Amino acid sequence: MASHLPPKPSVQYEHAAEGGAAAGAHAPARGPLRWLLTTNHKEIGTLYLVFSLCMFFIGGIFALVVRAELFQPGLQLVQPEFFNQMTTMHGLIMVFGAVMPAFVGLANWMVPLQIGAPDMALPRLNNFSFWLLPVAFTILLATLVMPGGAPNFGWTFYAPLSTTYAPPSTTFFIFSLHLAGISSILGAINIIATILNLRAPGMRMMDMPLFVWTWLITAFLLIAVMPVLAGVITMMLLDINFGTSFFNAAGGGDPVLFQHLFWFFGHPEVYIMILPAFGIVSVIIPTFARKRLFGYASMVYATASIAILSFVVWAHHMFVVGLPLVAELFFMYTTMLIAVPTGVKVFNWITTLFRGSISFEPPMLFALAFVVLFTIGGFSGLMLAISPADFQYHDTYFVVAHFHYVLVPGAVFAIMAGVYYWLPKWTGHYPHERLAQWHFWLSVIGVNLTFFPMHFAGLAGMPRRIPDYALQFADFNLVTSLGGFLFGASQLLFLVVVVRCVRGGEKAPARAWEGAEDLEWSVPSPAPLHTFETPPDFQPQQH
Amino acid sequence: MQTGIEREDRRRGVRRTVGRTLVVLAGMFVFAFALVPLYDVFCQVTGLNGKTSGRAQALVHEGVDTSRTVTVQFITRGSAGLPWRLEADNRQLRVHPGESREVTFRFRNQGETASRARAVPSVSPSEASLHLRKLACFCFQEQRLAAGEELAAPLVFQLTPDLPAGVTTVTLVYTLYPVEPGAETQTVRPQGTNSEGDRA
Repeated sequence: MASHLPPKPSVQYEHAAEGGAAAGAHAPARGPLRWLLTTNHKEIGTLYLVFSLCMFFIGGIFALVVRAELFQPGLQLVQPEFFNQMTTMHGLIMVFGAVMPAFVGLANWMVPLQIGAPDMALPRLNNFSFWLLPVAFTILLATLVMPGGAPNFGWTFYAPLSTTYAPPSTTFFIFSLHLAGISSILGAINIIATILNLRAPGMRMMDMPLFVWTWLITAFLLIAVMPVLAGVITMMLLDINFGTSFFNAAGGGDPVLFQHLFWFFGHPEVYIMILPAFGIVSVIIPTFARKRLFGYASMVYATASIAILSFVVWAHHMFVVGLPLVAELFFMYTTMLIAVPTGVKVFNWITTLFRGSISFEPPMLFALAFVVLFTIGGFSGLMLAISPADFQYHDTYFVVAHFHYVLVPGAVFAIMAGVYYWLPKWTGHYPHERLAQWHFWLSVIGVNLTFFPMHFAGLAGMPRRIPDYALQFADFNLVTSLGGFLFGASQLLFLVVVVRCVRGGEKAPARAWEGAEDLEWSVPSPAPLHTFETPPDFQPQQH
Repeated sequence: MQTGIEREDRRRGVRRTVGRTLVVLAGMFVFAFALVPLYDVFCQVTGLNGKTSGRAQALVHEGVDTSRTVTVQFITRGSAGLPWRLEADNRQLRVHPGESREVTFRFRNQGETASRARAVPSVSPSEASLHLRKLACFCFQEQRLAAGEELAAPLVFQLTPDLPAGVTTVTLVYTLYPVEPGAETQTVRPQGTNSEGDRA
């Protein structure tokens, strides 16, 4: 653990010397307690990122169990009951344990640095919101060894499958999701309070880097929909343990109500996982194209439009529950409308690249792959938005292909791009370029081998969430499984690159990348424990 | 260098932002629960979830539209863990909008012990549910049958003459659900009267 400490003792010492007695009073505790009690945004950011990486590997192992079973038709390795637990846990861990905490970790590290704030607005709350997560996910993972097994109803936990017919461990699942939800909410409050109140003097809202903007909008989405998730799982808890009938038809409830409530949370949640990714890519592409971002203001408005539209599209996940025609049409058109602001973003990224002097460092490789592969996911999303077509695609592997394209080469690649981009700032060393290139190319090949054939399997009719399948899908699944193992194994390379970078490597200057212009590049690399205690002199760029 | 006044300003700003976000947060949590009755009201007004009234309704005397004939089908479904059979004497009727008809349903407890159940109705297409009036229905209350007991119970219904022209077939599905012992207050309430109070 000690090797993860971003600040070197000498840096703290120097800083205490120049900052005077006030900085000395905040001398960090020693040993493991330091990490338990820290209120420093950089250390908490590191904790979030390390936690997220652990969850990424655990969720990845669950995915590989699924892929190993699906390598051939027939049941080989696991029983269907356990297979269902693996798909469910994979989804829950990746969504709530890997992607969301990774973005919160990046926000913790970079938002104060990018706006010139000394720390987050509420540092102790920050500590609390992180430490809720290990508790939540320990409980969730513990359900695997409970009688009746872990949750097995899919990450969408549709009632009554997750209430009347659920394993006894569901109550623990609800509790862990409550904790993770509270953690997200507190993190969001902290980020909003920081961005709205602690910007460097002279930095207006429209001067903020796009990563900050996208996170501000994401935090508002979290505030709006995490309470709805909390409400839904509370209703499940009451149905399971207290005899209510919110979702139980026998008692006058309605299972379809569950789906409406869940997706009212669920669709904005999808954007919670992608908007910060947009922000990261919008920061990286201008740096390595050595140009200002094209259409800064339109990027901000596009992000806000996507966030607002996300509240009126939820039923496109439920086209086959028996919606009336007018609702089918409404949700189909609003969903397609989202392609407009998203198209604005893709257009702006490409236009930023146009006539730029581009170099292909690892962060840029991942950011470019994001633009291409996320757009493929966006197109399959448009296909799914066509309600009559969705009647065929619904619950097939085409849906699995779609959301994995937006989440893996979308959200996850953006996180990796961000990590490669900011590692020099965190550790003071550049990541090993050759290894990072290997990691990139193996990941790109692995991701496409894994998820591209799923489109064809889905169009040919292979349903989701099944441990066995008809023989005609065997070839697609073989390729998908091989790709999955390649992608999984190449993430070990990511671990190697990160660990090597923490330990040493080529020294990075304060401005680690030639075209980087935001405030974080004005502090030394590695960033000292305390930065911007005196607000920086901020010069607005002409966007 | 930051002055004390600026720092105090920031602290106040943070406090205000946190206060406002907490208000939104509480509002959204309440909103999630408010959606439950709102959903029921919305569905009752529009008939969208295919639920019918849980109480007996009066006959509408607007004449019988003999120029139209609508097929009414009855589907009955059992429930796992409940050894009951439920069957309609007629699986399918041809009715004119406006006339009232009666169908007899037969319950039989094939189990070894007495048990209770209720049949929960659902109408398809859902737009027909607003035009289906039940004058009498076994589904208004739960049934209790001793081991081996049989019960014949009527459904008297009417399709109102203003049934949308596009509807040529109306399907009524009755699904049996066990009523668990000691669960009276939660499960014996009729359909369509859902409110927060029922669920307390």
